[in-house]
Amino acid sequence: MLTTDIILTWIHDFDKKISEKKDYLSELDTPIGDGDHGNNLARGAEAIEAALNKETPADATAALRAIAMALVSKVGGASGALYGTAFLEMAKTSRDTTKTADLLAAGLAGLQKRGGATTGEKTMIDVWAPVVTATKGGQLTQKIIDDAVAATKPMRATKGRASYVGDSSIGHLDPGAVSSGYLFTSLLEAGGAK
Amino acid sequence: MKKIMNDPKNIVAEMVEGMVRAYPQFVERLPETEALVRSDKSSMTGKVGLISGGGSGHEPTHAGFIGEGMLSAAVCGQVFTSPTPDQIYAAIKAADQGKGVFMVIKNYSGDVMNFDMAKDMADLDGIEVKSITVDDDIAVENSTFTQGRRGVAGTIFMHKILGAAADQGASLTELETLAKKVLPNIKTIAVALSGATVPEVGKPGFTLADDELEYGVGIHGEPGYRKEKMRPSKDLVKELLGKLKAAFNYQAGDKFAVLVNGMGATPLMEQFVFMRDVLNQLKDEGVNVAFTKVGNYMTSLDMAGVSLTLFKLTDDSWLDNLNYPVNTIAWTQK
Repeated sequence: MLTTDIILTWIHDFDKKISEKKDYLSELDTPIGDGDHGNNLARGAEAIEAALNKETPADATAALRAIAMALVSKVGGASGALYGTAFLEMAKTSRDTTKTADLLAAGLAGLQKRGGATTGEKTMIDVWAPVVTATKGGQLTQKIIDDAVAATKPMRATKGRASYVGDSSIGHLDPGAVSSGYLFTSLLEAGGAK
Repeated sequence: MKKIMNDPKNIVAEMVEGMVRAYPQFVERLPETEALVRSDKSSMTGKVGLISGGGSGHEPTHAGFIGEGMLSAAVCGQVFTSPTPDQIYAAIKAADQGKGVFMVIKNYSGDVMNFDMAKDMADLDGIEVKSITVDDDIAVENSTFTQGRRGVAGTIFMHKILGAAADQGASLTELETLAKKVLPNIKTIAVALSGATVPEVGKPGFTLADDELEYGVGIHGEPGYRKEKMRPSKDLVKELLGKLKAAFNYQAGDKFAVLVNGMGATPLMEQFVFMRDVLNQLKDEGVNVAFTKVGNYMTSLDMAGVSLTLFKLTDDSWLDNLNYPVNTIAWTQK
């Protein structure tokens, strides 16, 4: 269940992880992308913190919407549009339910619609999809998250900028999958996965 | 890394500020954005708005092409990062004169998604928006295994053609038809001598040895198709024109516009030598070159290298559009 408190704990922890791992994420993005994933997300994390400090969200919907708007308006690139869309869809769905699995499933559907990717294409979907499945069964674990992130390493990218390097993308972790991994680790730690 | 800057975090905002204060006759900034609009509003009245945008680091693209006969507005994203939908939407609103707005997008997933989100926002407000996604870089094969070809320097020709048409009163639908017709006739390929350093990253996106070059590199340092030892200009031309010849399957008598574009750190002297060799080879092949342009138009920060764009002029009116008067920071002609 995602209460307002859990969402805030979750996102504060995610923002902290992103600023700590900023350089690592950009490094992952250098051989297969354009080397800016960490910097872009860190800018988003700062914007989320600023937005949440400015005004304490009244409910879960307001919290998710504030997070979405900070991501959409400050991150830029594909990751801004994708993360922003995911949180916007979660915000919409949160008007009807606070069940984590339903909210994450709405986020995943938003990602698929915006980016047109499916599983196996070395994108953040490869982490979101197994996490959504595990959460539905109430069984999300750190191992499931880690395995999903690691599974992107041998994949060949066919979407996003990494697709331009073709076979050379094989053997690298997908940066969006890694940052999504942090997102779900934070969720797990905040007690929101059940 | 040595760069003339203050805090790298503020480099885009400070660049935009410098640009509008240096050239107030051309551009002004939309409040609380990194989107710029034409200062001369009367030149937009009654016409379809033409906007573009993308990551920064490609200057003078895109804001340098704002002005009469070219763009109405442009959005500057962070370095090599698509601008956000709220800012693109601000540019759409500023460009709209009641006739709709046409967007020129380069084919990168971030740009496509964010411009798409901005279009959704404009739809809600009843502003009609159409677009073209430019994918002129032939270095990357267009297949089901990639995002498709990248949008690079040929985008400048798209801006020029559509800008001239919009200025002459073309409707939104006419611009869309024209853009679709022009698109497959613009093709580009590049050669890089060194990588670009993103200010916030602090080191080059890729490195080449002192005597090494790479063919087919993208404008964000995306890998090309082959590395080899440095060679004379004539040989580089032979390689790149060979690729373009195969892509167009051009014949003697075909008519082209040619753009030699510097990537940022290559002197104009070298660009002119390269253009000379391009023109020599095209002459030998019997190709008719009707329009030429040389300079830094679609740069990649401090990358060294050039790109070569050929635009096949299958319609005579396109040459008129290229020669049509334009008044912008980066392209002025009477």
